[in-house]
Amino acid sequence: MAEMVKLYIDGTEVEVPEGTTILNAAKEAGKNIPTLCYHQDLPPTAACGVCVIEYEGRPGMQRACCTPVAPGMKVITNSKTLRERRKAVIGLILSNHNVDCPSCAANEKCELQKLANDLGVDMHMYEKILDHRPEDKTSVAIVRDPDKCILCGRCVTVCDEIQTVHAIEIADRGFDAHVDTAFSAGMGVSPCVNCGQCIVYCPTGALREQSHLEAVWDAILDPEKHVVVQEAPAIRASIGEEFGMEIGSVTVGKMYSALKRIGFDAIFDTNFSADLTIMEEGTELVQRIQKGGKLPLITSCSPGWVKFMETFFPNLGENTSTAKSPQQMMGALTKTYYAEKSGIDPAKIVSVSIMPCTAKKFEAQRPEMRDSGYQDVDYVLTTREFVRMIREAGLDFKNLPEEKPYHALADYTGAATIFGATGGVMEAAVRSAYYLLTKKDMNNVDIKPVRGMEGIKEAELEIPGVGKVKVAVAHGLGNARELLTKVNKQLEETGKSEYVFIEIMACPGGCVGGGGQPYGSSIAMRARRGEGLYQEDSSLPKRCSHHNEAILNIYKEFLSEPGSKKAHKLLHTNYVERSVVSGDAVREITHKHGH
Amino acid sequence: MKRKEILRKYEARPDNLLYILHDIQDASPYNYVTEEDMEEIADFLDLPYSKVYGTATFYSMISQKPRGKHVIRLCDSPPCHLMGSESILDLLRDELGIDVGQTTPDMLFTLEITSCLGVCGVAPAMMIDEEVYGNLNPKKLRKIIKDYREGII
Repeated sequence: MAEMVKLYIDGTEVEVPEGTTILNAAKEAGKNIPTLCYHQDLPPTAACGVCVIEYEGRPGMQRACCTPVAPGMKVITNSKTLRERRKAVIGLILSNHNVDCPSCAANEKCELQKLANDLGVDMHMYEKILDHRPEDKTSVAIVRDPDKCILCGRCVTVCDEIQTVHAIEIADRGFDAHVDTAFSAGMGVSPCVNCGQCIVYCPTGALREQSHLEAVWDAILDPEKHVVVQEAPAIRASIGEEFGMEIGSVTVGKMYSALKRIGFDAIFDTNFSADLTIMEEGTELVQRIQKGGKLPLITSCSPGWVKFMETFFPNLGENTSTAKSPQQMMGALTKTYYAEKSGIDPAKIVSVSIMPCTAKKFEAQRPEMRDSGYQDVDYVLTTREFVRMIREAGLDFKNLPEEKPYHALADYTGAATIFGATGGVMEAAVRSAYYLLTKKDMNNVDIKPVRGMEGIKEAELEIPGVGKVKVAVAHGLGNARELLTKVNKQLEETGKSEYVFIEIMACPGGCVGGGGQPYGSSIAMRARRGEGLYQEDSSLPKRCSHHNEAILNIYKEFLSEPGSKKAHKLLHTNYVERSVVSGDAVREITHKHGH
Repeated sequence: MKRKEILRKYEARPDNLLYILHDIQDASPYNYVTEEDMEEIADFLDLPYSKVYGTATFYSMISQKPRGKHVIRLCDSPPCHLMGSESILDLLRDELGIDVGQTTPDMLFTLEITSCLGVCGVAPAMMIDEEVYGNLNPKKLRKIIKDYREGII
């Protein structure tokens, strides 16, 4: 146990463990020292100099975010000098910032805006010195606006240390310093996997999604187009908080209600295709176990993870499930099954998805994702874009009535809802794989060891007739890298891994922590959204994908059975190896069944 | 190939990055490191490309664009400034027909400004490649440039 250290914050005595920073010690004394570059989930970069404090016995100012406490320290957090210094720092940042608040993607979420206001900074304190740099629009998912970047370094820290993708770095120095990709090639020509964690952690609007919002509005208003929409599991647990509801509120009925009022012609639910994913992926797992196929099987619904695998772990391509993600399964069914059944020309269908994710924008545009004969999903909106859409439409979201979707492609079970939280796909798959292997349902479908925010989780399950099965779950790509490095070592040494099935989600917390979620999503908020999803799961009458009657029906009517030829054509995909420099496809690593 | 030979001299440790960048730049006839250089260094040291690029762009001694055979670095720190480095700069601009950061069309000279060279006693001073020249005046400067042009130095 760490030694306790006693010190004084503005005269208040506090006792904290050795090694605590002054910033955190001050919280114990009820003082929130202003910060800008610091984020509670990330190691401090000490870049901005807003959190300055003084303490007796040492001349000058220190940064509270990275100065550890010492016994007897007498810290001053509020003095005229400190207030003036903080204002000067923010004034200088503003002099080099495109202050574009009303039209900025981060308006009202911007930490710089809030801090300048909280501290009473005069934004014209210093002459403007902004050196304009063009936006980086090379990526299909993420836009970078250097004129709004304050060089706090959070995006670089997240990309390097949490995700281990290393797509961006601070290049040049002094006034020329800026965030850039290697060789200044642009995000779209880099190993960036489009996870969008850089956006979520950006304190300003220097990072945002490539927006499809206007295109979706245009389609809705076009009488020739039939616009259908699907919504990811995690969406329902994060819209509410943007409209003053409690974090983690599950607002599925209001979500459908908003979509109807916005004017979508048909409302599906990605939860339906999440159940379908479980049927396909679960069947694939069972077949691999029974027929001795490649194991461990690794989930494939996180497109950030898929691109990460293609770039950094191409040797695991054959271990990655061939099942498409729920978004893409729904997309392929929309322009085939739904078009046929409703007698609508698929060329007139515009397929929209609402996702907590920026990588879904990349996934939708992959050349592999055109199995309906069209681009299966035309537009992907993030949670942030959808929230804006609700505001633009003038809807009072909090007070909307609870409504139902428009179509059976929206029926779902609890297994589908938990796809949005880390461990959820694993839990859902185990519930159905157990049934597929034993023809019996589990007595207790709660698989608690795979829930929660620990980076890598493991569980051992006893399946009658199969024996002990070890599974693992990793969320955040740094954790994925750690787990898969271990798996690769086992495969190299013994040809076999201890794990049979692995779930990987690119974003910390799973989809509830996705790059398309509201700015400022902290780990603590992600955990609460996840809890909201687990609550919905336990409240639903059906909690296993194989109990979903709409799913059984679509197999009967259209797909015949899980893993059938038709299912493979529409619901499965193949992978490519990618260049670590440019992210471009280099060669195919798996081939599509029957091609 | 030169690059491979240079890499072979080093252990594949990240702290060798700066030495390798310098060595490769020095071996380049145009005094710079290319994207291919940076990619190969990154592969050799098992570092992300963005890290090698970030490091190379941070240090003004490392160039990412071709430079002249000789790189002139004129000191512009306060002592040299007081001793007339500005007029030396005007003269260099005139003599070479280029501005700071540019290279002569014959690829012989690149003109750069540097901070203190640590030879304030002989200000104003400049470096050409590894050689330091102090107590500069118009006559001396013209002679030095002429000698480089004629290949005497």
